[in-house]
Amino acid sequence: MTDLSKSSGAAMTEPVVSDSPAPTAFLEVRDLKVHFPTDDGLVKSVDGLSFTLEKGKTLGIVGESGSGKSVTSLGIMGLHTAGQYGKRKARISGEIWLDGTELLSADPDHVRKLRGREMAMIFQDPLSALHPYYTIGQQIVEAYRIHHDVDKKTAKRRAVEMLDRVGIPQPDKRVDNYPHEFSGGMRQRAMIAMSLVNNPELLIADEPTTALDVTVQAQILDLIRDLQKEFGSAVIIITHDLGVVAELSDDILVMYGGRCIERGPAEKVFYEPRHPYTWGLLGSMPRLDRDQQERLIPVKGSPPSLINIPSGCAFNPRCPYADVPKDNVTRTVRPELSEVGSQHWAACHMTQEERERIWTEEIAPKL
Amino acid sequence: MSENAEDNAVSIPAQSDGAAKGAAKGATLTKDVAPGETLLKVTGLQKHFPIRKGLLQRQVGAVRAVDGIDFEVRAGETLGVVGESGCGKSTMGRLITRLLEPTAGKVEFEGRDITHLGVSGMRPMRRDVQMIFQDPYSSLNPRHTIGTIIGAPFKLQGVEPEGGVKKEVQRLLSVVGLNPEHYNRYPHEFSGGQRQRIGIARALALNPKLVVADEPVSALDVSIQAQVVNLLDDLQQELGLTYVIIAHDLSVVRHVSDRIAVMYLGKIVELADRESLYKAPMHPYTKALMSAVPIPDPRRRSAKSERILLKGDVPSPIAPPSGCRFHTRCWKATEICTKQEPPLIELKPGQQVACHHPENAEDQAPQDTVLLSAAKEAVELVAVGTAAELAAAEKASEAAVEETAVEETAVEKSAVEKSSDRPESTDK
Repeated sequence: MTDLSKSSGAAMTEPVVSDSPAPTAFLEVRDLKVHFPTDDGLVKSVDGLSFTLEKGKTLGIVGESGSGKSVTSLGIMGLHTAGQYGKRKARISGEIWLDGTELLSADPDHVRKLRGREMAMIFQDPLSALHPYYTIGQQIVEAYRIHHDVDKKTAKRRAVEMLDRVGIPQPDKRVDNYPHEFSGGMRQRAMIAMSLVNNPELLIADEPTTALDVTVQAQILDLIRDLQKEFGSAVIIITHDLGVVAELSDDILVMYGGRCIERGPAEKVFYEPRHPYTWGLLGSMPRLDRDQQERLIPVKGSPPSLINIPSGCAFNPRCPYADVPKDNVTRTVRPELSEVGSQHWAACHMTQEERERIWTEEIAPKL
Repeated sequence: MSENAEDNAVSIPAQSDGAAKGAAKGATLTKDVAPGETLLKVTGLQKHFPIRKGLLQRQVGAVRAVDGIDFEVRAGETLGVVGESGCGKSTMGRLITRLLEPTAGKVEFEGRDITHLGVSGMRPMRRDVQMIFQDPYSSLNPRHTIGTIIGAPFKLQGVEPEGGVKKEVQRLLSVVGLNPEHYNRYPHEFSGGQRQRIGIARALALNPKLVVADEPVSALDVSIQAQVVNLLDDLQQELGLTYVIIAHDLSVVRHVSDRIAVMYLGKIVELADRESLYKAPMHPYTKALMSAVPIPDPRRRSAKSERILLKGDVPSPIAPPSGCRFHTRCWKATEICTKQEPPLIELKPGQQVACHHPENAEDQAPQDTVLLSAAKEAVELVAVGTAAELAAAEKASEAAVEETAVEETAVEKSAVEKSSDRPESTDK
């Protein structure tokens, strides 16, 4: 953890014991667990997740549907337990330190003050995240006035300024439009304007471009990158698209079955991945930047149910190398993250030499 | 719950026995069209959805979803259709399967005009043309078992397969890599990828000649996507199917297609072989579309100079721009583009393009060099990345040899400012 700020901002740390002192990183998540009791059993959406993130850096969280990536982001924002019935719905444990404050044990009113001001979120579907009855301007003004004691006029000027900043043409007219009068890309821009209106220091973007076309996606990714440079916020980008993370992230965290199975600097995760699931993701993807592959190399089977997560390594039923480690250990013991390189961690029972050999000899040549 | 079935799916030997039978059966059916010959021909196809208003529901306009397209599909090939949402690709798929009635134009299947066939006239045709739908959740009836769903085509067509419907359905299940014992299960008992396999089995039930797949993998997770893409690939090889695959994901389309049509606002702007299209796209839109795809390679991030960023949104198909429809967002647009619609012509063998000033080819209107003043202002020249970055990028992509040369000059190109005057939100 010594050269944490140097090598990569969103450096990773091992899960820390919970009574350790307040961290120095801007955002630190320690052993986060989000469980939902249901009629069918306990859904362990996130089951022990730890990471840190510095200001000005971007962390990409990748995983398939049901891997717990969105639940993590809502957990950080404190949205699972918000509201009257929140406590009954979700069981959350662990620690989330934002700029020296622990959020899970903090007073809900205090978290509420931070939400929107210190940390903001961009949602996947802007149409359902924007209120259809209010104009874009009213919604941005509301977000601004909650945290700033200003009159409506000033707030509206600020809204126009933000709309202009995110590239909406004629912002002074558009500010009075309703969400349905905007196209998909413009709605997403308006959402971004709304989340940035208070200059948050942590921005969580949950699948910000999944609902958009590629050309618009490129615009939005560009915008997020520029705004981050300008405001110096810490950004968490959650997506299933490895292309998007590769574009934006300094560090990557791969989730599977509610746990982190690999994390490290983007370059390492793409060029020296050390977990069979990461290999599988890379092999499943047709790529425009390479010559045509004959066949894709899919991961067999389907993602696990979060109620019955396979014992041992959650990935073992789908892993082609599940029998490499001896004594059936993959099916009985859950692997913990271990360091496989500088700031690079993976949770796999195979020895590092085995994984290095398989990656360089069997997987990498086929990609 | 049915992990085993999914496991089988990936290994082809497990399904080869069923598939071999299928191939044999396909051969006995009359194959009127030899591989490589035209199976489906579309000329001047149009679909305008009327917009009605007022008490009398008078037509006040039309959404020109598909506005005059021509192409053909050859037996045994895969035609990929790409474009952004609202470009009319799905409508096109529904027109060629005759789920929608065309406004104008002609659809010929195996040389027979099927444009205006009625329900009963189409019925025998339905055996030969099948569809795979995007959403595996809404395209399967939740109250029917898998057996009923896959067996329905036999019932509707009055076909009695050899050995009975049940046996045939079970064979189909094993062909698509599902467990035949799941015959009596309901759709909700399957995962997304498995449901998509069920949809595929249903489409294959009657040994179709042409399968139209509308976004067959976009609702699936990455790892499952690859399974389904490989399955479609295997089935094509084993059963000699012809595919029209509609998708928005350019990397998936490149992976599955032999030829690719790029659509923009109801028109085909470029139609070419996969290799030519991806190595040397001619239409500026194709080029912009491909450069917008995020590349899963962190080392290429710095080589931002390769990206062409289109400004604004796709104009509304209710009042598409005059002349070339792309001129409002095109950095090469000139006077002629605003007035005259470029025809789709073959500029290189196997590469048709509709553009006055194509990339990687001779300019079609060289005398018309005056840039629209607005466009000229909008074109920004951005400093190109360092030589090292470019070298790295070039190394990574052999495909982009000619491209980089072009991209060095004009980079962050943007649209004619006019597009902002145009009501961008007319889609509502």
